[in-house]
Amino acid sequence: MPEAAELPTRREEAWRYSAVERLQGEALDRWRTIDIAAGESVRETLVIADGDGSRPTELHRWRVTIGEGATCELFAVLASAEYARLEIEVTLKRGAHFEFGGITVGGRDTVREFVTRTIHAEPEATSNQTVRSVHWGHGTGNFLGNIDVVRDAQKTDAAQDFKGLLLEKGASVNAVPQLEIFADDVKCAHGASVGQLDETARFYMAARGLSPELARRLLVQAFLGDALVGLEDDAQREELMQVALDKVDRYL
Amino acid sequence: MLKIDNLHAEIDGKTILNGLSLTVPAGEVHAIMGPNGAGKSTLAYVLGGRPGYEVTQGSVEFNGIDLLDMEPHERAAAGLFLGFQYPVEIPGVSNLQFLREALNSQRKARGEEPLTGGEFLKLAKDKAALLKLDPDMLKRHVNVGFSGGEKKRAEMVQMGILNPRFAVLDETDSGLDIDALRVVGEGINAIMRAPDKGVLLITHYQRLLEVVKPDRVSILSRGRIVKTGGPELAVELENEGYDAVMAPETANA
Repeated sequence: MPEAAELPTRREEAWRYSAVERLQGEALDRWRTIDIAAGESVRETLVIADGDGSRPTELHRWRVTIGEGATCELFAVLASAEYARLEIEVTLKRGAHFEFGGITVGGRDTVREFVTRTIHAEPEATSNQTVRSVHWGHGTGNFLGNIDVVRDAQKTDAAQDFKGLLLEKGASVNAVPQLEIFADDVKCAHGASVGQLDETARFYMAARGLSPELARRLLVQAFLGDALVGLEDDAQREELMQVALDKVDRYL
Repeated sequence: MLKIDNLHAEIDGKTILNGLSLTVPAGEVHAIMGPNGAGKSTLAYVLGGRPGYEVTQGSVEFNGIDLLDMEPHERAAAGLFLGFQYPVEIPGVSNLQFLREALNSQRKARGEEPLTGGEFLKLAKDKAALLKLDPDMLKRHVNVGFSGGEKKRAEMVQMGILNPRFAVLDETDSGLDIDALRVVGEGINAIMRAPDKGVLLITHYQRLLEVVKPDRVSILSRGRIVKTGGPELAVELENEGYDAVMAPETANA
């Protein structure tokens, strides 16, 4: 039986909150490979903008190896109408750095998710992952983040931060940080929180003349901004933010 | 300019304002003093239109229009400014972006042209200088990491930029040291002392009133105005305390 025919099920940890039933014959075994040589620096972005609903589901699986002292920066915005998933498996060599900023945004009855597995395979590597999810309708945003620190990977510094903002009842987010640490001199931080728009801030903004829509836009922009802080290219950062904000403006 | 008539308001079913009547004509600064829990902040929030503050009776007229019928952002565009006792922190939004959006929203609602980035920046820097606020703070996120005094100063910078017709200032003097109190008081005078403007100044202390010099002073107690007088009333309160000054009024109530 060909491997591609075997659809994942929700019993598998990495697919637990996915919309596996929405998969439309994507090549599950197809991985994009990004190998970064020692000392090099690579930045990649993935933007799945809003479609009209006729666009198919999107499944992206990236396997990244970051060489000694090298840096990899990935930034992604999932603003699709249909199911979208970005899966990243990254292996860090000595002194390497991995930076990930992700945004999921949208409504409908759609799941948009990031699944990362960060393997600190050698000492002194650092990783920082920030995901922000804004949802309404019955939209769902997921961040499943595995961090593996192998036995010899001393002085690892890994951080994972997730925040969900739910604009309507019925929307949801799932955050699953998983840390497996086999070295004893490491720093691994993770945080997750879910909330609604700050009503006090909204009233404060209204009292200064901002309409509820504009206040919401500014607050959403501020919320999402954390995920793109690490993106140094101003034009690129604004472009990614615009995709996310357009999505909010179009549907709310 | 502002005409409050028999205002009743409640929060979570608990009555806080209980038949409050007050008129502030244009050109006047009217100070409201009163003990803790009298309803001073509630009055400010009701005028600003804060959700959860329910008006059960009475009316508020602002320049001849029904204030209570308007949304909070419409009240701002109509020229009402609410100075917060506890200015709110908004992480991720810079003062400049916030205030430019706010000012241009108000201008748009009034059918005026928006200010360009350059025009706005000049205005913001002028007002920051007036309140002796480091202009670099305008680039920082709204009130985030500001000290209590800086927040109040920033609040007055906002007022200067938005240039309202009427300001409701809720304990703008709390948290200020003596020098900052003078700067803020003089800022209020510079921005709001005009024949076509008015101020409702909610305060606990006489000190701010020495700088701003109100035309009228009212005492608010248990949700209604129990006494109104000239500036001398504030001095009397400072010397004798609420109990002594209000005793004859509350005895009749």
